[in-house]
Amino acid sequence: MHTLDNSFAALADPTRRAILARLALGETTVMELAKPFDMTQPAISRHLKVLEGAGLIIRRVEGTKRPCRLAPAGIAEIDQWLAMLRDAMSKNYDRLDALLATMKPENDQQL
Amino acid sequence: MSKLTLKTEGDTHIVAKRRFAAPPQAVYRAHTDASLIQQWMLGPDGWTMPVCVCEPKPGGRIRYEWSNGKGGGFYLTGEFIELTPHSRIVHVERMHLPDPTPDNHVETTFEPDGAGTLMTMRMTLPDAETRAAMLSSGMEQGMEASYVRLENMI
Repeated sequence: MHTLDNSFAALADPTRRAILARLALGETTVMELAKPFDMTQPAISRHLKVLEGAGLIIRRVEGTKRPCRLAPAGIAEIDQWLAMLRDAMSKNYDRLDALLATMKPENDQQL
Repeated sequence: MSKLTLKTEGDTHIVAKRRFAAPPQAVYRAHTDASLIQQWMLGPDGWTMPVCVCEPKPGGRIRYEWSNGKGGGFYLTGEFIELTPHSRIVHVERMHLPDPTPDNHVETTFEPDGAGTLMTMRMTLPDAETRAAMLSSGMEQGMEASYVRLENMI
Protein backbone atom coordinates (compact mmCIF):
# COMPACT_ATOMS: atom_id res chain seq x y z
CA MET A 1 0.00 0.00 0.00
CA HIS A 2 2.83 2.41 0.86
CA THR A 3 4.17 2.10 -2.67
CA LEU A 4 0.90 2.93 -4.38
CA ASP A 5 1.73 6.63 -4.79
CA ASN A 6 5.02 5.57 -6.39
CA SER A 7 3.15 3.17 -8.61
CA PHE A 8 0.85 5.83 -9.99
CA ALA A 9 3.69 8.33 -10.38
CA ALA A 10 5.60 5.66 -12.30
CA LEU A 11 2.55 5.03 -14.50
CA ALA A 12 2.05 8.75 -15.19
CA ASP A 13 4.78 8.60 -17.87
CA PRO A 14 3.77 7.28 -21.33
CA THR A 15 7.22 5.76 -22.00
CA ARG A 16 7.06 3.81 -18.75
CA ARG A 17 3.58 2.55 -19.58
CA ALA A 18 4.90 1.44 -22.97
CA ILE A 19 7.80 -0.35 -21.25
CA LEU A 20 5.33 -2.18 -18.99
CA ALA A 21 3.25 -3.12 -22.02
CA ARG A 22 6.35 -4.57 -23.67
CA LEU A 23 7.31 -6.44 -20.49
CA ALA A 24 3.84 -7.94 -20.34
CA LEU A 25 5.02 -10.03 -23.32
CA GLY A 26 7.89 -11.43 -21.28
CA GLU A 27 11.31 -10.80 -19.76
CA THR A 28 13.71 -8.72 -21.84
CA THR A 29 17.00 -6.80 -21.69
CA VAL A 30 17.57 -3.04 -21.63
CA MET A 31 19.08 -3.22 -25.11
CA GLU A 32 16.01 -4.93 -26.54
CA LEU A 33 13.72 -2.53 -24.67
CA ALA A 34 15.51 0.55 -26.04
CA LYS A 35 15.03 -0.49 -29.70
CA PRO A 36 11.33 0.33 -30.29
CA PHE A 37 11.43 3.47 -28.10
CA ASP A 38 14.06 5.38 -30.10
CA MET A 39 15.81 6.23 -26.82
CA THR A 40 19.34 5.73 -25.53
CA GLN A 41 20.00 2.87 -23.14
CA PRO A 42 20.81 5.26 -20.25
CA ALA A 43 17.45 7.00 -20.79
CA ILE A 44 15.64 3.65 -20.71
CA SER A 45 17.66 2.66 -17.64
CA ARG A 46 16.43 5.76 -15.82
CA HIS A 47 12.81 4.80 -16.55
CA LEU A 48 13.51 1.24 -15.43
CA LYS A 49 14.92 2.57 -12.16
CA VAL A 50 11.65 4.43 -11.48
CA LEU A 51 9.60 1.32 -12.31
CA GLU A 52 11.83 -0.80 -10.11
CA GLY A 53 11.53 1.71 -7.23
CA ALA A 54 7.75 1.55 -7.55
CA GLY A 55 7.86 -2.23 -7.27
CA LEU A 56 6.40 -2.70 -10.75
CA ILE A 57 9.35 -4.55 -12.27
CA ILE A 58 12.07 -6.92 -11.06
CA ARG A 59 15.59 -6.98 -12.49
CA ARG A 60 18.11 -9.77 -12.13
CA VAL A 61 21.80 -10.05 -12.97
CA GLU A 62 22.84 -12.38 -15.76
CA GLY A 63 26.51 -11.82 -16.61
CA THR A 64 26.76 -8.24 -17.87
CA LYS A 65 23.06 -8.09 -18.66
CA ARG A 66 20.24 -7.12 -16.30
CA PRO A 67 17.06 -8.58 -17.78
CA CYS A 68 13.82 -7.18 -16.36
CA ARG A 69 10.30 -8.49 -16.04
CA LEU A 70 6.98 -7.42 -14.53
CA ALA A 71 6.67 -7.76 -10.74
CA PRO A 72 3.40 -9.64 -10.16
CA ALA A 73 2.93 -8.17 -6.65
CA GLY A 74 3.22 -4.54 -7.81
CA ILE A 75 0.84 -5.03 -10.72
CA ALA A 76 -1.62 -6.89 -8.49
CA GLU A 77 -1.64 -3.95 -6.05
CA ILE A 78 -2.80 -1.58 -8.78
CA ASP A 79 -5.42 -4.08 -9.96
CA GLN A 80 -6.63 -4.38 -6.40
CA TRP A 81 -7.01 -0.63 -6.10
CA LEU A 82 -8.99 -0.42 -9.35
CA ALA A 83 -11.24 -3.17 -8.00
CA MET A 84 -11.88 -1.13 -4.83
CA LEU A 85 -12.82 2.02 -6.76
CA ARG A 86 -15.07 -0.10 -8.97
CA ASP A 87 -16.71 -1.49 -5.83
CA ALA A 88 -17.41 1.99 -4.40
CA MET A 89 -18.91 3.23 -7.69
CA SER A 90 -20.81 -0.01 -8.23
CA LYS A 91 -22.58 0.48 -4.90
CA ASN A 92 -23.88 3.85 -6.13
CA TYR A 93 -25.13 2.40 -9.38
CA ASP A 94 -26.74 -0.62 -7.72
CA ARG A 95 -28.70 1.86 -5.59
CA LEU A 96 -29.58 3.78 -8.74
CA ASP A 97 -30.89 0.55 -10.34
CA ALA A 98 -33.29 0.13 -7.42
CA LEU A 99 -34.33 3.78 -7.61
CA LEU A 100 -34.92 3.61 -11.38
CA ALA A 101 -37.18 0.59 -10.88
CA THR A 102 -39.43 2.68 -8.62
CA MET A 103 -39.33 5.67 -11.01
CA LYS A 104 -40.71 3.85 -14.05
CA PRO A 105 -44.46 4.51 -13.54
CA GLU A 106 -43.90 8.21 -12.89
CA ASN A 107 -41.68 8.44 -15.93
CA ASP A 108 -44.32 6.87 -18.15
CA GLN A 109 -46.83 9.49 -17.04
CA GLN A 110 -44.43 12.23 -18.08
CA LEU A 111 -43.95 10.85 -21.59
CA MET B 1 -21.15 -10.03 -13.15
CA SER B 2 -19.69 -6.57 -12.80
CA LYS B 3 -21.75 -4.13 -14.82
CA LEU B 4 -19.44 -1.15 -14.36
CA THR B 5 -16.30 -0.76 -16.44
CA LEU B 6 -13.66 1.73 -15.36
CA LYS B 7 -10.63 2.51 -17.48
CA THR B 8 -7.89 5.07 -17.68
CA GLU B 9 -7.42 6.61 -21.12
CA GLY B 10 -4.32 8.55 -22.22
CA ASP B 11 -2.63 10.55 -19.47
CA THR B 12 -5.56 12.49 -18.03
CA HIS B 13 -8.83 10.66 -18.64
CA ILE B 14 -10.89 8.14 -16.70
CA VAL B 15 -13.82 6.56 -18.51
CA ALA B 16 -16.66 4.76 -16.71
CA LYS B 17 -19.44 2.89 -18.52
CA ARG B 18 -22.59 1.38 -17.04
CA ARG B 19 -25.85 0.01 -18.42
CA PHE B 20 -29.21 0.63 -16.75
CA ALA B 21 -32.54 -1.13 -17.26
CA ALA B 22 -34.42 2.17 -17.57
CA PRO B 23 -34.79 4.65 -20.43
CA PRO B 24 -32.39 7.62 -20.79
CA GLN B 25 -35.09 10.02 -19.53
CA ALA B 26 -35.17 8.32 -16.13
CA VAL B 27 -31.37 7.93 -15.81
CA TYR B 28 -30.86 11.57 -16.80
CA ARG B 29 -33.44 12.68 -14.22
CA ALA B 30 -31.72 10.63 -11.51
CA HIS B 31 -28.55 12.63 -12.29
CA THR B 32 -30.18 16.07 -12.27
CA ASP B 33 -32.92 15.97 -9.61
CA ALA B 34 -31.57 16.70 -6.12
CA SER B 35 -34.14 14.60 -4.26
CA LEU B 36 -33.24 11.59 -6.45
CA ILE B 37 -29.45 12.13 -6.27
CA GLN B 38 -29.69 12.06 -2.47
CA GLN B 39 -31.08 8.53 -2.67
CA TRP B 40 -28.23 6.87 -4.56
CA MET B 41 -25.01 8.92 -4.87
CA LEU B 42 -23.89 7.93 -1.40
CA GLY B 43 -20.62 6.04 -1.91
CA PRO B 44 -19.78 3.46 0.73
CA ASP B 45 -22.44 1.96 3.02
CA GLY B 46 -23.24 4.12 6.01
CA TRP B 47 -22.89 7.51 4.29
CA THR B 48 -25.71 9.96 3.55
CA MET B 49 -26.00 13.20 1.58
CA PRO B 50 -27.72 15.71 3.89
CA VAL B 51 -27.19 18.64 1.48
CA CYS B 52 -27.74 18.43 -2.28
CA VAL B 53 -27.86 21.51 -4.48
CA CYS B 54 -28.29 20.74 -8.17
CA GLU B 55 -29.30 23.44 -10.66
CA PRO B 56 -29.35 21.69 -14.06
CA LYS B 57 -28.88 24.66 -16.39
CA PRO B 58 -25.73 26.20 -17.93
CA GLY B 59 -23.85 27.95 -15.09
CA GLY B 60 -26.08 26.20 -12.51
CA ARG B 61 -24.50 25.29 -9.17
CA ILE B 62 -23.69 21.83 -7.83
CA ARG B 63 -23.03 21.18 -4.17
CA TYR B 64 -23.10 17.71 -2.62
CA GLU B 65 -22.30 17.24 1.08
CA TRP B 66 -21.67 13.75 2.46
CA SER B 67 -21.70 12.65 6.08
CA ASN B 68 -20.87 9.36 7.77
CA GLY B 69 -23.13 10.22 10.71
CA LYS B 70 -20.16 10.19 13.08
CA GLY B 71 -18.86 13.71 12.49
CA GLY B 72 -16.95 12.76 9.36
CA GLY B 73 -17.71 14.30 6.00
CA PHE B 74 -16.61 16.15 2.91
CA TYR B 75 -18.26 18.02 0.08
CA LEU B 76 -18.09 18.59 -3.64
CA THR B 77 -18.87 21.77 -5.58
CA GLY B 78 -19.22 22.30 -9.29
CA GLU B 79 -20.99 24.07 -12.12
CA PHE B 80 -23.00 22.82 -15.05
CA ILE B 81 -21.62 23.88 -18.44
CA GLU B 82 -23.94 22.32 -20.98
CA LEU B 83 -27.02 20.11 -20.78
CA THR B 84 -28.91 18.30 -23.53
CA PRO B 85 -32.00 16.89 -21.78
CA HIS B 86 -31.98 13.07 -21.50
CA SER B 87 -28.73 12.60 -23.46
CA ARG B 88 -25.75 14.66 -22.27
CA ILE B 89 -24.43 16.57 -19.24
CA VAL B 90 -21.16 18.51 -19.16
CA HIS B 91 -20.01 19.86 -15.82
CA VAL B 92 -16.92 20.60 -13.74
CA GLU B 93 -16.49 19.47 -10.15
CA ARG B 94 -13.95 19.52 -7.36
CA MET B 95 -13.80 17.80 -3.99
CA HIS B 96 -13.17 19.76 -0.80
CA LEU B 97 -11.18 17.64 1.62
CA PRO B 98 -11.31 20.44 2.86
CA ASP B 99 -8.80 21.96 0.39
CA PRO B 100 -10.26 21.92 -3.12
CA THR B 101 -8.84 19.35 -5.56
CA PRO B 102 -8.08 20.50 -9.15
CA ASP B 103 -11.14 20.71 -11.40
CA ASN B 104 -12.44 17.47 -12.84
CA HIS B 105 -14.16 18.11 -16.19
CA VAL B 106 -16.90 15.53 -16.70
CA GLU B 107 -18.94 14.66 -19.78
CA THR B 108 -21.77 12.19 -19.14
CA THR B 109 -23.80 10.76 -22.00
CA PHE B 110 -26.96 8.62 -21.87
CA GLU B 111 -27.64 6.55 -24.98
CA PRO B 112 -30.65 4.32 -25.62
CA ASP B 113 -29.56 0.68 -25.35
CA GLY B 114 -32.45 -1.62 -26.18
CA ALA B 115 -35.10 -0.83 -23.55
CA GLY B 116 -32.38 0.58 -21.29
CA THR B 117 -29.54 3.08 -21.25
CA LEU B 118 -25.80 3.01 -21.75
CA MET B 119 -24.17 5.70 -19.61
CA THR B 120 -20.63 6.82 -20.44
CA MET B 121 -18.86 9.15 -18.03
CA ARG B 122 -15.62 10.64 -19.31
CA MET B 123 -13.58 12.49 -16.70
CA THR B 124 -10.72 14.78 -17.73
CA LEU B 125 -8.18 15.86 -15.13
CA PRO B 126 -5.73 18.76 -15.65
CA ASP B 127 -2.67 16.48 -15.67
CA ALA B 128 -1.46 12.95 -15.01
CA GLU B 129 -0.42 13.75 -11.42
CA THR B 130 -3.93 14.98 -10.57
CA ARG B 131 -5.43 11.83 -12.02
CA ALA B 132 -3.05 9.71 -9.98
CA ALA B 133 -4.02 11.64 -6.84
CA MET B 134 -7.72 11.23 -7.61
CA LEU B 135 -7.32 7.53 -8.16
CA SER B 136 -5.50 7.29 -4.83
CA SER B 137 -8.30 9.12 -3.01
CA GLY B 138 -10.79 6.75 -4.65
CA MET B 139 -8.83 3.96 -3.09
CA GLU B 140 -9.16 5.58 0.33
CA GLN B 141 -12.93 5.76 -0.16
CA GLY B 142 -12.99 2.08 -0.98
CA MET B 143 -10.96 1.40 2.12
CA GLU B 144 -13.33 3.56 4.18
CA ALA B 145 -16.17 1.31 3.01
CA SER B 146 -14.26 -1.67 4.30
CA TYR B 147 -13.63 0.01 7.64
CA VAL B 148 -17.30 0.92 7.99
CA ARG B 149 -18.26 -2.69 7.28
CA LEU B 150 -15.66 -3.81 9.78
CA GLU B 151 -17.08 -1.48 12.44
CA ASN B 152 -20.50 -2.99 11.88
CA MET B 153 -19.11 -6.47 12.45
CA ILE B 154 -17.31 -5.83 15.75
